[in-house]
Amino acid sequence: MLLMSRLASLESRRGWQVFLILLVLTIVLVPVLNLTLPPESPFHVPTYMLSLLGKYLCFALLALSLDLIWGYAGALSLGHGAFFALGGYCMGMYLMRQIGTRGVYGNPDLPDFMVFLNWTELPWYWWGFDQFWFAALMVMAVPALLAYVLGWLAFRSRITGVYFSIITQAMVFALMLAFFRNEMGFGGNNGLTDFKEILGFNIQAQGTRIGLYVASAVVLALGYLISRFIVTSKLGRVLMAIRDAESRVRFLGYSVTNAKLFVFTVSAILAGIAGALYVPQVGIINPSEMSPGNSIEIAVWVAVGGRGTLFGAIIGAFTVNGAKSFFTGAAPEFWLFFLGALFIVCTLFLPQGIVGFAAQMRARIARKATPAPEEVGNAASKHRA
Amino acid sequence: MLRASTAPDTAELEPPVQATPIRTARQPAGSILYLDGVSVSFDGFKALNNLSLVINKGEMRTIIGPNGAGKTTMMDVITGKTKPDKGDVLFNAEVDLTKLDEAKIANLGIGRKFQKPTVFEHLTVFENLELALKTERGTFATLFFHLTGQQAKRIDEILGVIGLGDRRKEKAGALSHGQKQWLEIGMLLMQEGQLLLLDEPVAGMTDFETETTASLLLEIARDRSIVVVEHDMEFVRALGAKVTVLHEGSVLAEGSIDTVQADHRVIEVYLGR
Repeated sequence: MLLMSRLASLESRRGWQVFLILLVLTIVLVPVLNLTLPPESPFHVPTYMLSLLGKYLCFALLALSLDLIWGYAGALSLGHGAFFALGGYCMGMYLMRQIGTRGVYGNPDLPDFMVFLNWTELPWYWWGFDQFWFAALMVMAVPALLAYVLGWLAFRSRITGVYFSIITQAMVFALMLAFFRNEMGFGGNNGLTDFKEILGFNIQAQGTRIGLYVASAVVLALGYLISRFIVTSKLGRVLMAIRDAESRVRFLGYSVTNAKLFVFTVSAILAGIAGALYVPQVGIINPSEMSPGNSIEIAVWVAVGGRGTLFGAIIGAFTVNGAKSFFTGAAPEFWLFFLGALFIVCTLFLPQGIVGFAAQMRARIARKATPAPEEVGNAASKHRA
Repeated sequence: MLRASTAPDTAELEPPVQATPIRTARQPAGSILYLDGVSVSFDGFKALNNLSLVINKGEMRTIIGPNGAGKTTMMDVITGKTKPDKGDVLFNAEVDLTKLDEAKIANLGIGRKFQKPTVFEHLTVFENLELALKTERGTFATLFFHLTGQQAKRIDEILGVIGLGDRRKEKAGALSHGQKQWLEIGMLLMQEGQLLLLDEPVAGMTDFETETTASLLLEIARDRSIVVVEHDMEFVRALGAKVTVLHEGSVLAEGSIDTVQADHRVIEVYLGR
């Protein structure tokens, strides 16, 4: 009972309505429009579009994970691309092992790049990745372990602010350089690609693509609810308190290190899952996912959407990536100008992102409608009743 | 041995203080806080120099001293923010505070209010108190925490004591300076500490707010020990507690406010430069 009421209180009644409507639209309407309508219909969603949306859903989960640690605990990680890529690599290793004898060299155990390097047996760290359950476990465990160790070192030494950002950025850069090396055994700069099957389904088939798309949407929804659970708990308020006045929290008797470590690890797991869902949809994972620029871009998504709101991160990921897809298709030469303009507009006019801007507008309209200004500030909390 | 059994009546029992640095062999027994020979230096500057201080259980003590006398450093040492170079810091005559970090010390029952009011501005007044509420502090216990009716009542009680009952749903950032100070005192009360350390609780307050704060402190001092660092002499007088004067990191004089104010060394320290 207690748990049920706790879960129900994750969102206001309106919030739940919006959540469910969006979820149904995403996981039912889009696939239906893809499958049932003829290609010439204006409402037909082509399969490439479906895959593109699936990719955005993964980015949205990634942005959500960053918002958890940045928006709530105030620690800006500029290395989240590492967790995303590690999750992706774990999935990629499983997919490589599924290729079997269909590779160019037809080796049943070794992926092509290992045969090419004259390796004779599978390195120990590839063991077990022919099993989906093992790979799925590693998708979460590997990023979690890295986050735990890095976080333990950083938070215990009270590294905060820009120093934390620099350390995480250095971490992702170092990992990228390591993964570029062929001797690492992850395919060097080509990465892992040429996947054939996932769980026995042809990875190129329309049905598989729809399945991956729906899985991404469901996982994003679950990730959102888990994040909501954390931020609406007392621990969430401890995190916000850490963001506002870290040392004061210590004098209240909370372990700041443990609270941050917990949320950083959860965040890394979500990012890893996002990467694992991303890789089969785009068909490749290589070290460029760990380039420092990519990790900074994630922070841009969150900032554009509005940090510390969770759904702002999702909105931001869709907005920026949608714009990127549009510009790189329609007018590639303008994309970087647009990105630059977006930075300036956000910094100058939208410090709270799109979500903060919308809330401001709503408050302004409500203030005009009702003369009592105190009521407006409480409007959000009243929805809970 | 015999003296230990007498009631720790502070101001009256105090011998006419000759302001000799107090370094006699004191007994930690019966004390809530016992500092002996504590020294801290930062890059050669001695912030605390062989400081010895005993606060008895249930006592209220005010500490005054010119800028740089080591008042805030002393608070830092007690609460684990700064480790002393040498010396003993005992809580309840048995717990060595120099071995513990801030969170552990807080959980022992030592609460601290900072000079600048530090409340969590983006949380509501109620949520600020809820965070300070004495409960299990572990990360998972906090994640699955559920406020019971009794705990909510306790928060309401404290809201009444600090006079912020009607502002419970407001963001703490929207409070006035004085109200933030009270909220922070309320947070200390929620922690149910045995020892409260207050660093300049009335700095920047209006006269009316200062008066209110003095009576608030006298009320809460009934069932806990309190150490107040303060500059405002009127406020110190209003508290009517034993006064310790710090100077250059050690105790210069101790006694009632009148004794201390009449001490020529104290006058020299405050006026002589």
